[in-house]
Amino acid sequence: MTTRIDRRMAKLKAEGRPALVTYFMGGDPDYDTSLSIMKALPGAGSDIIELGMPFSDPMADGPAIQAAGLRALKGGQTLVKTLKMASEFRAGDNETPIVLMGYYNPIYIHGVDRFLSDALASGIDGLIVVDLPPEMDEELCIPALKAGINFIRLATPTTDDKRLPKVLQNTSGFVYYVSMTGITGSALADTGKVAAAVTRIKGHTDLPVCVGFGVKTAEQARVIGANADGVVVGTAIVNAVANVLGPKGEKTADPAEAVATLVSGLSQGVRAARLAAAE
Amino acid sequence: MNKPTIPNSFRTGPDEQGMFGIFGGRFVAETLMPLILDLERHWNEVKDDPDFKAELTDLSTHYAGRPSKLYFAEGLTRHLREVSAAKGLGGGAKVYFKREDLNHTGSHKINNCLGQILLAKRMGKKRIIAETGAGQHGVASATVAARFGFPCVVYMGATDVARQSPNVFRMKLLGAEVRPVTAGHGTLKDAMNEALRDWVTNVEDTYYLIGTAAGPHPYPELVRDFQSVIGTEARAQILEQEGRLPDTIIACVGGGSNAIGLFHPFLDDKEVRIIGIEAGGRGLDGIEHCASMSAGAPGVLHGNRTYLLQNADGQIMDGHSISAGLDYPGVGPEHSWLRDSGRVDYVPVLDDEALEAFQLTTRVEGIIPALESAHAIAHAVKIVPAMDKDQIVIVNLSGRGDKDVHTVANMLGMEI
Repeated sequence: MTTRIDRRMAKLKAEGRPALVTYFMGGDPDYDTSLSIMKALPGAGSDIIELGMPFSDPMADGPAIQAAGLRALKGGQTLVKTLKMASEFRAGDNETPIVLMGYYNPIYIHGVDRFLSDALASGIDGLIVVDLPPEMDEELCIPALKAGINFIRLATPTTDDKRLPKVLQNTSGFVYYVSMTGITGSALADTGKVAAAVTRIKGHTDLPVCVGFGVKTAEQARVIGANADGVVVGTAIVNAVANVLGPKGEKTADPAEAVATLVSGLSQGVRAARLAAAE
Repeated sequence: MNKPTIPNSFRTGPDEQGMFGIFGGRFVAETLMPLILDLERHWNEVKDDPDFKAELTDLSTHYAGRPSKLYFAEGLTRHLREVSAAKGLGGGAKVYFKREDLNHTGSHKINNCLGQILLAKRMGKKRIIAETGAGQHGVASATVAARFGFPCVVYMGATDVARQSPNVFRMKLLGAEVRPVTAGHGTLKDAMNEALRDWVTNVEDTYYLIGTAAGPHPYPELVRDFQSVIGTEARAQILEQEGRLPDTIIACVGGGSNAIGLFHPFLDDKEVRIIGIEAGGRGLDGIEHCASMSAGAPGVLHGNRTYLLQNADGQIMDGHSISAGLDYPGVGPEHSWLRDSGRVDYVPVLDDEALEAFQLTTRVEGIIPALESAHAIAHAVKIVPAMDKDQIVIVNLSGRGDKDVHTVANMLGMEI
């Protein structure tokens, strides 16, 4: 069974360039604005969309994504609305993969079976659930795979060669390599070490390896994209939204346009990645 | 929810996956998973190691002042017998206090901190982090860090920093760095999020000293085992002083470490009724309480599945309690399992009732209890007059109330 993620990754591999994976927070700062951001992403150069599901207690996220989640919750975002956003997007774009990213509790409360059927109906292709390590695979990972939704696992610098097979075992779509030990939005790790880690993971799997945490600029996207199959950018996008919000949350410019400008630049970075590497 | 079948023993959990029935587990980011497995490995090595036990016992005795006394609360017993007589019942059980308030640092928290600091030392860790609500666990962590020469960072919600300033000063005197957490609403749950963020960033050298019997496996188990000294002592002491087991034991439950410590050694004594007291705050009708087991639902937070205060979308709510130590929207997973299995009853006590018990105990016993412990005493005040005179109740006096005098004065409209 191939998913939109598999097809998109295969296409980019044929084109000889890495994927630009863009994370934004669903419902930040409100549903309509957030949907307009989502719709602007593919045109600006995003290859895969990570749709953030806000959670009150995002333990692996830095201040920027925490604040975005709180803005979204304050704006009335719920898991049901996040899924609705995906299906509204899907109505106009049946190609760009959508990966839901967040924490387990809202899914657990919605009900795993109900969530999976709602997610499929909304055109969701993959899931990244930060607080479900392989030890908890029975909770959601196995049911998701049975339902035909990719379960994308995080591998980290603390995932050694002995543990890596366990992490990769039920992973599909792609592997998300977390460039550092830390939270989202921290400074980018030593890119040499990241490249070595990507090579190490590729020794264990044929799945594409995307790298995230700390990538903020086109130049960083170019460097990381030289040997990764994809580059994930999140905090910088969330900040682009925050930067056009005034002290009371009022919009001082169009958030969708601000995000599109940033993503276009990042897209130039990933498109230059292999050219530079070939030099 | 289906009631699980009654097990032969209530004392065998958790299983190898760290589960107590459907509760517990290891719901953490991959970065932390290898650390948690490493902690489990070391914990399994030391838990039956005689040298480790001997070192902990020596410190518990000479540094923390154990065993804590089991005290017959004659003044409170007499008072409640008068209440019983006035109601025409003519009863009133004997009330005993397990005096954890007499420990070094003034609460049961030191039991866990001594155990975990020895574990951190064995693991070769260089730095201690902890979260705290009221500051009792922060003070106990800072204390053992000072004693063993570790740098220590304590995360504390900015709201709690403001309302518990004496404990903040204590931690600083002890050499700890107190980092106020402004994220979220600035209370214990936000402090715990921030401590987890620190840990995920400083994985190489840092030991996370969790203060309650919650979090990812193996924390609920190891914190329980370090706190079980309370129940083990109390059981032996009551057998020696009364020649029999108590009829009822009572403890307050926030995260639930003092309660699981008292309860666990009694779980298979079927004749002993066990009651955990949750913070009922201003009542369970609204959202101003912390009674996760009485009014919440199972969910996943801070590494474990347990009863949580949450909305229909699975977002965690901020609770309320007069007592900062009970102000947490979750509870240790073993309590959730004991609740569903029916072995332990969990009931709420309101702010006002706790405040009344706080004053009563001070007046008739000359003991100022922590507001947390006052919740447990308040429940004893409710049930003891209807019990027989030859019955026995043990209440865990988990901490002393000096830290709470400002809060109480404020509630009573006094300035000090």
